[in-house]
Amino acid sequence: MNEILRTNLLSPIVLSFALGLVARVIRSEFSLPKDVYAGLSIFLLWSIGLQGGAELRHASLAAVALPAAATLVLACATPVIVYLTLRRIGRFGTADSAGIAAHYGSVSAVTFIAATAFVKSMGAEAEGYMPTLLTLLESPGIHIALAIGVVNSARGSGRPLRETLHEVLTARTMVLLVGGLLVGYLMGDANWRVVEPFFSTKGAVFRGLLCIFMLEMGLLAGERIGDLRKVGPFLIGFGIAMPTVLGVLGVWLGTLAGLSVGGATVLGAMAASASYIAAPPAVRVTLPDANPTYYLTLALAITFPFNVLVGIALYYRVALALAA
Amino acid sequence: MHTVSMRLITIVAEPVLADRLTHDIQRHGATGWTLTEGRGSGSRGTHAEEVPGSAVRLECVATEEACARILGELAERYFPFYGVVAWVMPVDVVRGDKFV
Repeated sequence: MNEILRTNLLSPIVLSFALGLVARVIRSEFSLPKDVYAGLSIFLLWSIGLQGGAELRHASLAAVALPAAATLVLACATPVIVYLTLRRIGRFGTADSAGIAAHYGSVSAVTFIAATAFVKSMGAEAEGYMPTLLTLLESPGIHIALAIGVVNSARGSGRPLRETLHEVLTARTMVLLVGGLLVGYLMGDANWRVVEPFFSTKGAVFRGLLCIFMLEMGLLAGERIGDLRKVGPFLIGFGIAMPTVLGVLGVWLGTLAGLSVGGATVLGAMAASASYIAAPPAVRVTLPDANPTYYLTLALAITFPFNVLVGIALYYRVALALAA
Repeated sequence: MHTVSMRLITIVAEPVLADRLTHDIQRHGATGWTLTEGRGSGSRGTHAEEVPGSAVRLECVATEEACARILGELAERYFPFYGVVAWVMPVDVVRGDKFV
């Protein structure tokens, strides 16, 4: 485990994240321009989609069916587990519980990328169709959580759920991922080889730009470190324990569905991650009573760093043990 | 130059509401609007500011009746839940027919 942890902590992705974090903590004026951040996130998501689509051509339907089913089970279970834990054990209100559940129901694409890169560096590359599973996991979870919140809330925002559904389904993340899968699939091998050096998630361009993106992620997380005092010890513990539980559940289901050690690790990391791009605006509009300090601090300052620093290595260790 | 007496309604709101608000004011009879992004702080402080994005300032010239309908909708659907403030001022406009 120590060896695995060291490999992970000294990876350029994690070190870039750490530098961003330190820069914010020492109050450096350094920041990534907003448009650069937006541009990079488009490139990263589009690359994942395209590569996933190109690799999907080589996967048989039979091979993808079981892992896809396991992913859908995870997508439905995650928001319910998070919601009930917060309501029953944490004694949080409906809106706060559902708001946080929506964040864990959705997936952090950067955690997905970090996990993919990590298992590759361990020599256990994940299945090429993992981006397909990412899109399956991304959408149902956030909808289930928002629906729980709206149905159980005495004070709704008066916004039809249909509008929220439309917003989440047509959000940048979904358009780029699903669109990328389609375009990557349709373009065929010959065409993919032409653009592969630029878009391949294993390539130098993608890895390099990811490091710059991770600087900004570090800055964002660092900005929220002060809020740790506001969310209290229960949520801090929750932000570490919940991803661990969900991650192990994801690895176990992935292994049962026949994924390789690398694939099961990545599925676990996806299940354990909390979104911070798609979920916050959707939750703010649909569940205005949920406190943004809770969900943003959990997703950005606790769960994301935990997964990137320790969680992914842990899920890999679990996947190894389950496979043996 | 001939001027007509109208009302200018200004709404300052958290960013996630931008599309809903522009849609709502048009539904109540506003013929156009201007939206600018900005920064600020208010009594809702943290809640409204935390979700990323710039606060929006939405301005439109409309009839007194349209402004009253817009304020009514704000009071019912937005004031209790979100960081939103609004005010109405009398203005004299040229080409008054553009606004009805």
